[in-house]
Amino acid sequence: MTIEEIQEEIVDEFSMFDDWMQRYEYMIELGKSLPLINEKYKTEDNIIKGCQSKVWVHAELEDDKLVFTADSDAIITKGIIAILIRSFSNQRPQDIINADTDFIDEIGLKEHLSPTRANGLVSMIKQLKLYAVAYQTQLN
Amino acid sequence: MFDVKKIRNDFPILNRKVNGRPLVYLDNAATSQTPQQVINVIVDYYSNYNANIHRGVHALSQEATDKYEQARKKIQEHFNIGKSHEIVYTSGTTHAINLVANGFSSFLKQGDEILVSAMEHHSNIVPWQMLAERTGTILKVIPMSLDGELEMDAYEQLLSDKTKLVFCNHVSNALGTINPIQEIIDKAHEVGAAVLIDGAQAAPHIKSDLQALNVDFYTVSAHKMCGPTGVGMLYGKEEWLNTLPPYQGGGEMIAEVTFEKTTYADLPHKFEAGTPNICGGIAFGAALDYMNAIGFESMSEYEKELLDYATEKLLEIEGLKIYGTAKDKTSVISFNIDGIHPYDIGTILDKLGIAVRTGHHCAQPIMDFYKIPGTVRASFSFYNTKEEVDILVEGVQRAKSMLL
Repeated sequence: MTIEEIQEEIVDEFSMFDDWMQRYEYMIELGKSLPLINEKYKTEDNIIKGCQSKVWVHAELEDDKLVFTADSDAIITKGIIAILIRSFSNQRPQDIINADTDFIDEIGLKEHLSPTRANGLVSMIKQLKLYAVAYQTQLN
Repeated sequence: MFDVKKIRNDFPILNRKVNGRPLVYLDNAATSQTPQQVINVIVDYYSNYNANIHRGVHALSQEATDKYEQARKKIQEHFNIGKSHEIVYTSGTTHAINLVANGFSSFLKQGDEILVSAMEHHSNIVPWQMLAERTGTILKVIPMSLDGELEMDAYEQLLSDKTKLVFCNHVSNALGTINPIQEIIDKAHEVGAAVLIDGAQAAPHIKSDLQALNVDFYTVSAHKMCGPTGVGMLYGKEEWLNTLPPYQGGGEMIAEVTFEKTTYADLPHKFEAGTPNICGGIAFGAALDYMNAIGFESMSEYEKELLDYATEKLLEIEGLKIYGTAKDKTSVISFNIDGIHPYDIGTILDKLGIAVRTGHHCAQPIMDFYKIPGTVRASFSFYNTKEEVDILVEGVQRAKSMLL
């Protein structure tokens, strides 16, 4: 599936809920399914700055596709990163670079997109894209 | 009689909704809300007599100057300060502490020691670290107990004739502990050290008599006590303020300027370079009037009731731990729930219209001490109610069931 198709799928799943509590509960569930980062990559270097909770992200190239793993000490943050990774993982770096993240708004998590928000969703997106840029350069 | 319903009517913001629910504002230790009486003063200033002060010959300038200086008198009376020129208007506590730290850097020398408490806000740590780096002075830390109380025996051990300065908050922003500042001041004076007390968290709850305390410096931020942001005060004993060099150069702080030499203005203007926050200063005075009209004694009695009620109710939640259990504390509760990150709790509470603070509260050393990433902090003001405590407790329970 393309990034866009996955994002549409996520939007569909979230459209089943009609209040914030159900959305958050689902996000927490998704957080539990996050492909966890290998403990050895949980280093200071891999922490994403700008989050009140700790977020670690690791990226690896498998063939021509980028695979992300991550973890966080806060469960809601874990849910957010799980949603992001689901849409970006197993994709070509160039597609990740080109992808937009408007779907976050559509699933009712707009408040997390504010750059001043302490959870650092914006920092997460930036970090995932930075990995993509780095590996794209390597592929070239 | 203390009538919280009537008091709440003074605060228009308390009527608003957040995420579709009535706002429950429990982040008062970060900033307090502003009563209509103070908002009116701000509107009146900009509507009727906005002008630059101290130098105009025209009527508006005179009016603004009078009101600004009247507010200084109100601050003087409120804190029982000996002389009004011992009050320097600042942008707030952080500015006030930096002003003093900068001044001391000109006469501290290598080997001198300065003491800081283990429960300081970053703004009462970083300026002194910067000073220590510049001057080669040694920064030592007064330890605290697990309850969040300063260890006074250790403090006495740390004091010596090398100690030049002691700085400590009157009330801890993260834990709510009320520190025994009279003892801290007296003991420091015995070895000839000066004392700066950061009163930012105390001033909204405790009316301090600065002459009786015999403190050398005391700092306050107006926005924590019903005033606007961007204004506060530094109290300094006259002899200290005369000794300290000016912090910033500019207008207002000079007596005479030639290219060869500038002589500085008298106190307090020596430290008040540039156009100050005139409206803010006047509104600060109005905020003191407002709080004094209610009365600090009845306010703190009521806040104590809220604190006790909230502590009891929160502790009924299984797995909830309160950090900061000092005997004397203001209406601040810092807590965590086993297995849940404070950020998660704060996020759910926000969805429920409840405003709390989460994180390290600009006091990372305290979080390191307890080996936690942060806490959820609910801080109550005299305009909060028991019903709001119930909403908080219900919200925390709801968050817990969602997150665990």
